[in-house]
Amino acid sequence: MGSVTMRIFRGDATGGELVPYTVETDPGMVVLDVVHRVQATRQPDLAVRWNCKAGKCGSCGAEVNGRPRLMCMTRMDTFAPGEEITVTPLKTFPVIRDLVTDVSFNYEVAKTIPAFRPKAPEADGTRRMYQQDVDRVQEFHKCIECFLCQDVCHVIRDHEENKKAFAGPRYFVRIAALEMHPLDTNDRIELARLKHGLGFCNITKCCTEVCPEGIHITDNAIIPLKERAVTRMYDPIAWALRRVRGEPAGTPPDPDRPAT
Amino acid sequence: MRRHEYDVVVIGAGGAGLRAAIEASAMGVRTALVCKSLLGKAHTVMAEGGIAAALGNVWKEDNWKVHFRDTMRGGKLLNHWRMAQIHAQEAPARVLELEEWGALFDRTKDGLILQRDFGGHRYARLAHVGDRTGLEMIKTLQHHAVHRGIDVFMETTMFRLLAEDGRVSGAIGYERQTGRPILLHAKAVILATGGIGKAWTVTSNSWEYTGDGLAMALEAGADLLNMEMTQFHPTGMVWPLSVRGLLVTEGVRGDGGTLKNAEGERFMFRYIPEFFRAETADTEEEADAWYEDKTKRRTPDLLPRDEVARAINAEIKAGRGSPHGGVFLDIATRRSADYIRRRLPSMYHQFMQLAGVDITREPMEIAPTCHYLMGGVKVDPDSQQSTVAGLFAAGEVAAGLHGANRLGGNSLSDLLVFGRRAGLYAAEYAKRLARMPALDEERVRRAERDLAAPLDRHEGEDPYAVQSELQRTMQSLVGIIRTGSELEEAITKIDALAERASRTATRGGRAYNPSWHTALDVRSQLTCAASVARSALTREESRGGHTREDFPKADAAWGKRLVVTRGGDGRMEISIEARPEIPAELQALLGEERPAGAPAAAAGGS
Ligand SMILES: Cc1cc2nc3c(=O)[nH]c(=O)nc-3n(C[C@H](O)[C@H](O)[C@H](O)COP(=O)(O)OP(=O)(O)OC[C@H]3O[C@@H](n4cnc5c(N)ncnc54)[C@H](O)[C@@H]3O)c2cc1C
Ligand code: SF4
Ligand code: SF4
Ligand code: FES
Repeated sequence: MGSVTMRIFRGDATGGELVPYTVETDPGMVVLDVVHRVQATRQPDLAVRWNCKAGKCGSCGAEVNGRPRLMCMTRMDTFAPGEEITVTPLKTFPVIRDLVTDVSFNYEVAKTIPAFRPKAPEADGTRRMYQQDVDRVQEFHKCIECFLCQDVCHVIRDHEENKKAFAGPRYFVRIAALEMHPLDTNDRIELARLKHGLGFCNITKCCTEVCPEGIHITDNAIIPLKERAVTRMYDPIAWALRRVRGEPAGTPPDPDRPAT
Repeated sequence: MRRHEYDVVVIGAGGAGLRAAIEASAMGVRTALVCKSLLGKAHTVMAEGGIAAALGNVWKEDNWKVHFRDTMRGGKLLNHWRMAQIHAQEAPARVLELEEWGALFDRTKDGLILQRDFGGHRYARLAHVGDRTGLEMIKTLQHHAVHRGIDVFMETTMFRLLAEDGRVSGAIGYERQTGRPILLHAKAVILATGGIGKAWTVTSNSWEYTGDGLAMALEAGADLLNMEMTQFHPTGMVWPLSVRGLLVTEGVRGDGGTLKNAEGERFMFRYIPEFFRAETADTEEEADAWYEDKTKRRTPDLLPRDEVARAINAEIKAGRGSPHGGVFLDIATRRSADYIRRRLPSMYHQFMQLAGVDITREPMEIAPTCHYLMGGVKVDPDSQQSTVAGLFAAGEVAAGLHGANRLGGNSLSDLLVFGRRAGLYAAEYAKRLARMPALDEERVRRAERDLAAPLDRHEGEDPYAVQSELQRTMQSLVGIIRTGSELEEAITKIDALAERASRTATRGGRAYNPSWHTALDVRSQLTCAASVARSALTREESRGGHTREDFPKADAAWGKRLVVTRGGDGRMEISIEARPEIPAELQALLGEERPAGAPAAAAGGS
């Protein structure tokens, strides 16, 4: 059994400081275990969010040495012995207390995304969909809403004022999931461009790098959405016809069109 | 104090609570949804393997009658037959409805919902998305609920129900972020608060599973049933210590994985109980062939969970365990790496990242972990109303469907079927009530004082210490194998801990203070633990999730009895009532009436 010193942010909306705590460690421990041990032995009111402790619920996001991570999936043996470890709350969201931030921004954005609207079932009452057609949407459905991508995105990380006009990568993933759903008939492309600030994203891919679910946020969600928005601007009639004919919403842009 | 008025208040936002709130709001009543964590983080999100529903997409032979039979037999016939019937009949429609709301399940070759094998289910029956079915379910419900005008109170913990003259009138609790008390005045309340697994040390359950809903229901005068029926899932991780108890989905065995002891033996063949002998393969050849050919009998690796958990326990006790005190679960030598990564991506990830084990090359080490509560609030099987007027319960917090043992996949379907029914009947109840029920202001003030008590005390017991002592007590004295003297010892210890819990003191203020939250949670945990231990002492037989070393056989008379808990806080009483008779036409679907005892434990010589 060894011991480790971890510097943890303690404070609230009015400010705070990094406090060093030294506790004993066992093999296989993760950052969240250390935080819990500090709570149980040193600082009973240390505030932290968690639920599953298995990377499934997305509750325990924080910044470990400045990088957004799930505390429950960050093993202590990934740090060199003696390496300084700091744990701070997600920077993009206001601190409530210690490691807990106010992430209500995300839940507000979620309300502004038009709902799923399925087309009618087939004559036999079923809704047939083939695995190859749902694969790419299933990738987006892996999102556990940990908001690490929202945290890292420079559009809102350093610009509180942009939150009014920018939904953030998590919600581009959500919009893409709906737009590429084989059964959906709703349209969100205009809205994504005008209200959700798709244009603000300059494809730095930082969001993709931190996503614990390995979702290719930029390549598979954001870029296709941008392409659709552009196609639409140049050729709204062809787009409308496609929707009327009931061709899949995910039809790739025609390479012969000048717009793409 | 903030006060709000609603027709229906749903406490809990897992699958059951979300589905209930969606239904209530669709009925046009004012609906609120309350949860301890952020929305979308409830236990339901962790469910892995799938949702059981007799869709018949993979095996046309499947239908509600077979599902009903499997559920009843898996539950050792202690289930409420009517709930098992409704569940089997309505589950397919509830799963298709999720698809209607945007869920994307894995597909069959001809484009329908794919179904996988699971323990105790005769046919491949679980609709799934890889091994993250719960995530798909909760996100689908969450996204559907967002547009329905439901008021959501996140990170808000309800502490006490308000009820008068056997009629509910609301609930009082606190916002975690600020610590402010909040009163929800309501015509009807639906409990969807889940289970109690955090009362054990080795558990697949999170900090939320402190049994608040059960403790609140008891205190409000509702009856609890069969609290001794706790499920230990056969396969939890054992190493490293940090992840001890974390669930390994039954899908591993459903997709071909098999259990082995230290000698490399597939030991489950030695533990086939009489009750399941006729339908279980007794050679490795037949067991392996069953995956593709359902005219063969099922592999014993997929016996109901109670049987498998006891067998593993016995192997470990007999000294045939793995290096870290479990047994081996091997899929690496049985399926291709590709197949494993595609079918079980989060298991692959979980072992790789947390244990440094590559499950496509090495076996996993596993042992039983506390997982699920079959017992819970007694409800009317059709409406889900408890014995208190206006108080409903659905999901893991309610009793009846699963009897003495739950089959895998039957929880997620339970949440949808009975969540919807609770929402529907609670809304109807609220509509029939002409006026808001009166509030007892004295009771409100008392609740407010009790809430703040641990904050006001500056010296006293450490809530974390009381909690971990309770966990150790339940783990060692009220575990998989129980015995009268140990249960008595547990009851004495729990009573002493309850006394200590009434004197907890916490540091820090009201805002997001986990030591205060723990001081309040631990009181619910102790109430539930007392009910479990007392019920376990009362049931003098072994059946399903309840195994008594001193009464190792199932007893036909006990098979028709339910153990009832009544009265919270020091006034707890245990009594017995008759299990409702199964109508003859349904009885005919079940086959033989008498389950065998606990031959798993006997055969293992423990
Ligand atoms: C790891 C794991 C894997 C599983 N896999 C499967 C599977 O594959 N198939 C299957 O069928 N079942 C599975 N189960 C079981 C199943 O997931 C649960 O039984 C089910 O999700 C419980 O749902 P629920 O709606 O009853 O409660 P939960 O989803 O647990 O929700 C409870 C809600 O109540 C809230 N709450 C609790 N107390 C209070 C309070 N005092 N005030 C306010 N809110 C409160 C919580 O915040 C939460 O929102 C699994 C369970 C686990 C732990
Ligand atoms: S790629 Fe776009 S959304 Fe992602 S972090 Fe960069 S700017 Fe933000
Ligand atoms: S997209 Fe990835 S990083 Fe973003 S919220 Fe979802 S899981 Fe987290
Ligand atoms: S606690 Fe659930 S993701 Fe970390």
